Amino acid sequence: MVENRRWLTVLTHAILLMGVLVLAFPIWVAFVASTHQLQTLLQPPMPLLPGGHFFENYYKALTEGARAVGAPVWLMMANSLVMALGITFGKIVISMLAAFAIVYFRFRFRIFFFWMIFITLMLPVEVRILPTYKVVSDLGMLDNYFGLTIPLIASATATFLFRQFFMTVPDELSEAARVDGAGPMRFFKDILFPMSRTNIAALFVILFIYGWNQYLWPLLITTDESMYTMLIGINRMLAVGDDQAEWHIIMATTMLAMLPPVAVVVLMQKLFVQGMTETEK
Amino acid sequence: MAGGPHPLLGSSVEKRVTFNNRVLPYLLVAPQIAVTLVFFIWPASQAVFQSVLIQDAFGLSTRFAWFDNFIYLFDNAEYLQSMKVTAVFSIAVALLALVSALFLAVQADRVIKGATTYKTLLIWPYAVAPAVAGVLFLFLFNPNVGLLVYALRAVGYGWNHALNGDQAMGLVIVAAAWRQISYNFLFFLAGLQAIPKSLIEAAAIDGAGSVRRFWTIVFPLLTPTSFFLLVMNIVYAFFETFGIIHQVTKGGPAGSTNILVYNVFRDGFLGLDLGGSAAQSVVLMVIVISLTVIQFRYIERRVNY
Amino acid sequence: MNFKQSAMCAAAAALVVGTASSAGAVTEIQWWHAHGGALGERVNEIADNFNRSQSDYKVSAIYKGSYPETMTAGVAAFRAGKAPHILQVYEVGTALMMGAKGAVVPIYQLMADAKVPFDPEAYLPAVKGYYSTTDGKMLSMPFASSTPVLWFNKDAFKKAGLDPNAPPKTWPEVGEAGKKLVAAGYTCGFSTAWITWIHLENFSAWHNVPFGTQENGFAGFNAEYTFNGPAQVKHIQQLADWQKDKVFVYGGRDNLGNAKFVSGECPMYTESSAGYASFKAGAKFEFGVSTLPYWPDVQGAPQNTIIGGNSLWVMAGHKPAEYKGVAEFMRFLSLPMVQAYWHAYTGYVPITTAAYDMMKSVKFYNDYPGRDIPILELGGKAPTANSKGLRFGYLPQARDAMYEELENIFTAKKTAKEGLDNAVKRGNELLRKFEKEQN
Repeated sequence: MVENRRWLTVLTHAILLMGVLVLAFPIWVAFVASTHQLQTLLQPPMPLLPGGHFFENYYKALTEGARAVGAPVWLMMANSLVMALGITFGKIVISMLAAFAIVYFRFRFRIFFFWMIFITLMLPVEVRILPTYKVVSDLGMLDNYFGLTIPLIASATATFLFRQFFMTVPDELSEAARVDGAGPMRFFKDILFPMSRTNIAALFVILFIYGWNQYLWPLLITTDESMYTMLIGINRMLAVGDDQAEWHIIMATTMLAMLPPVAVVVLMQKLFVQGMTETEK
Repeated sequence: MAGGPHPLLGSSVEKRVTFNNRVLPYLLVAPQIAVTLVFFIWPASQAVFQSVLIQDAFGLSTRFAWFDNFIYLFDNAEYLQSMKVTAVFSIAVALLALVSALFLAVQADRVIKGATTYKTLLIWPYAVAPAVAGVLFLFLFNPNVGLLVYALRAVGYGWNHALNGDQAMGLVIVAAAWRQISYNFLFFLAGLQAIPKSLIEAAAIDGAGSVRRFWTIVFPLLTPTSFFLLVMNIVYAFFETFGIIHQVTKGGPAGSTNILVYNVFRDGFLGLDLGGSAAQSVVLMVIVISLTVIQFRYIERRVNY
Repeated sequence: MNFKQSAMCAAAAALVVGTASSAGAVTEIQWWHAHGGALGERVNEIADNFNRSQSDYKVSAIYKGSYPETMTAGVAAFRAGKAPHILQVYEVGTALMMGAKGAVVPIYQLMADAKVPFDPEAYLPAVKGYYSTTDGKMLSMPFASSTPVLWFNKDAFKKAGLDPNAPPKTWPEVGEAGKKLVAAGYTCGFSTAWITWIHLENFSAWHNVPFGTQENGFAGFNAEYTFNGPAQVKHIQQLADWQKDKVFVYGGRDNLGNAKFVSGECPMYTESSAGYASFKAGAKFEFGVSTLPYWPDVQGAPQNTIIGGNSLWVMAGHKPAEYKGVAEFMRFLSLPMVQAYWHAYTGYVPITTAAYDMMKSVKFYNDYPGRDIPILELGGKAPTANSKGLRFGYLPQARDAMYEELENIFTAKKTAKEGLDNAVKRGNELLRKFEKEQN
C-alpha cells in the first residue's frame, strides 16, 4: 500500500461492497423468489426479503416439482455430475497427451494436428448440431453417458494451455531425463504430470463449469428420463407452454443447480488463478 | 516478470530437446484427433456440404444449389443487420466486463484486509450457466412483473424491452457481462498482485500520482492479460451468449438483439432450415478462423518485447 | 378446478380401460410430446390408461421440451433412423410435416392399413380441417387444440363502472371499455398474448379475409401471404393508435404478456383458451371469458376462429405390428371419455362432437360458464377457405418476421401498412425458399 489515507480505504471498501451487491443481486432475488409462494411472485412488486416457504418449496423441488419433469432431482444431480466430471477428466487426459506429443516430439503432421485441434474446436456444438447428432446416433451413443460426454471432450483450450505450459518447462529437465535413460512416458509420469498440477486444477474449474452448464446437447440426445441433467430439468420446467411457469419451484431448482459449480469455483479459486497465470516454476 | 509470457498467449518457440520415437507421438495424439475427426471435422464438413444444398428438413429431397443459400443470406437485410448487432453486442459485452472487472480488481488489490473475502464474493457468478443467467435477468427485468422494472417505473423511467430495442440491447449486454466480470476479475487481480510493489513505490517516491502510476506502470504490465481476456470475452460474447438471448429477448424487438449465433440457432434448430443455417455456420467459421489468425499475428508481434 | 367433475371424467375414462395386465410380448410405442408441468401429468395418465386397457401395446409418453425442441428432436431422430412412432408437432409445423411425404404415415392411411374403425366426420370441422388435405383426408391426429378468446378482469370492470356480465363484443366496444378502465386509473386497457396468431392469423379467419393465397396454402406450395389487406392494416393501425391513450399495451412476444393480465395491470387480454390454467394459478381476482372481438363493419364477421395447439404425426419406418398399436391408440384418444377428460382438465377443446355432446349432457358448461366459448367460436359457422387453417412453410420464421414488423409498427418506426407490407414480403421470400425445397 502506497498511500494510507483513511478515506481512500473507506472508499475502496465501499466500491467493493457495491460491486459485491450488484453482482450478487440477481442471485439474491432468485433465492428470495425460491422462498415465496407463486402468487406472491406474480403480484408486483415482489418482496426483497425471504418468505416463509423455504422448506416447502425446496421439498417440492426435490420431490414433486421434479416429478412433472420425469426425473427426481437427486438423479439429475448425479447425471450432471457424471457428465461434468466425464467431460472434465476426458478433456484433461486427451489434451495433456496431445500437448505432450506436440511439444516433446518431432513427427510428421505435428503442426497440422495442432492447428486442426485448435481451429476446429472454436465452433460451438450449436451450429453443427444435426450432423453431430447423426454421428452420435450411428455410434449408438444416444441416451447414455458416452453420448453426453465423448462428443464434448475434444478441447482446444486445454490442449493449448498444456502446450504453453510445457513450453515453459526448462529443457534441462527433459535433458536430464534423457541422460538418466528414462523413457518419454516415465518423464511424463514422474516429472511433467506432477509439475502440471496447478494447471490441471485450473482447467478442472473451467471444464467442470463448462460440462455442468451444457444445455442444448443433452437436451437433444436424451429421451430417457433417467439421463436428464439439472439444466434439462430447469429447461423442462420453463417450457410449460400455455401453463403457468412455477417460478418458485424453478428458482429453488436453479439454486440447487448452482451449488456444485459455485462450490468448485469458490473452493478452488486459489489453484484456479495460479494455474491460469503462473508460468515460471 | 508480472504478466510475462502468458500461458494462453505465450511464446511459440520450439523445444530444443525432444524425444525420439516413431510411434509414440501418434499414439499420444490419437485420442484427441479421433474425437476431433469424428465429432467435429466430419459434422462440420457435413455442414459445409449442406450449405450448398437445398434440402427439406427430413432429408427426403436434396438438390445441389451452388451458392443460393449464401446469396439468399447476403441479400437479406435482416442478416446484415444481425452482423452489425453482433459487432455492437460483442464489443460492448467485452468492454463492460473488462472495465468493471479491472476497476474492481484495482480496488481489491488496494485493500489489505478482506481481499480474499471480496474475491470469494465476487467470483461465483462465473459458475452460473448463461441460460440460467438469462432466466435470472428476465426475472428481474420482465417488462410486466420484473422487480427492477417496477423500481425504475417508480422513479419515472419507463422500461419495456419488449418494444424498446436499445433497452433490450442494454439488458442482454448487462446479463452477458455479469457472468464474465467474475472471470475477468480473477485474472486481473492475479495480474495486479504479481506486480512488484517496489516498482510502484519507486514511482510514488518520484512523485507520480496514483492515476499516473496506474497508466504508466500498472496498465502496461497488464496488457498481455488484458489482451488474452479481450479475446476470451469476445469469443464468449460471440458464441456462449445465445442462451441469454434465447431466454431474454429471442432476438427482438424487431431484430435489435438478433446476434449471429442466435440467428443460426433460430433458423437451424427452431426453424429447421438446414441449408440456410449451414450457410450461416460457414460464415461463422470464416469469421472465427479470421479472428484466430489475426489474434495470432498480433500475439507473435507482441511477444517479442 | 372442480375435482368432482374431473373425477367423474377420469372415472369414465377408467371404465373404458379394463384391468387386463400384460403377460406376453408387449410392443412398445414411443410418443414424443411437448407438454410439461401439469399438462404433462395428464398426458402420462392418458398413456397409462391406454396401457391398462389392453395388454398388447405399451405407449411410452416422453416429454421432449418445448414445441420446437420436440420437433427438432423428432427430425434429427428421423434423419438418424431412430424416429419415435408418434411425434407431437405444433400447428405451425404442419406444412413442414405434410411436405415430408416419405417421413410420415397419414392418419387416414394408418387407420385403413390397420383396419381400425375410423370416421373422420366424428371430429369438429374446424379442428379436423386444419390437419386434413383439401379433399378431406386427415393427415395427423389433432391432440391439444385451443383457440383465442377474450379474458377479462371482473373486479376491474366493476371498479370502472362496466358491467362484469356484459364484456365487449366488438373492437369498438373494447376501445370504449379500455378508455373507461384507463379513466378509472388503470395504466392499460387491454393487451394480448401470441399477437401474430391472434391478431393476424385468427383475425383473418374470424373476419373471413384471406391470410394467404391458395386457400391459405392448403391448395399448393406456391401460395403467397396476403395479410396486408385493408382489414388487417386497419386493425393493426388501430392497435398502434390505441397505444397513445394506453387502451392497448404491447406485452411482448409469445405469452410473455400473461403477467400483465394476472397482475391486474391490464383488465382485458386476448389469449388462447388454454391460458385458463395459468390464470387460475396466478390471478387474485375474479375473471371471465368472452368471444374474441370483431369489427362489425367487416362483412361476414364473425366467421370462425382457427385452432392453435398441436397434432400427433405418425412417423414412417416402423413395423406393421407397431402401426397396429399406434392405430389402436389413436382410436383410444378419440374416445369421448378420453376427450372429455382432457377437455375438463385443460383449456383445450374436445376434438370430437361426441365428446362435446357428452360434456353438454352432464351440464359441464352450466357449472363452468364460458368453457364452451372456444368450441362455439370454432364451430359457429362452417369453415371457409379463409378460416379452416394455415399451411405455410417456414411459418415459425415468418411469425418471427411478423413479430419484428409489428414491433416496428408499435414503436412508430413504420405505419401498419408499411410494416405489414414488409412482413408479407419477408414471408413470401421464406415461402419461395420452402417451395424450392419441396421439389
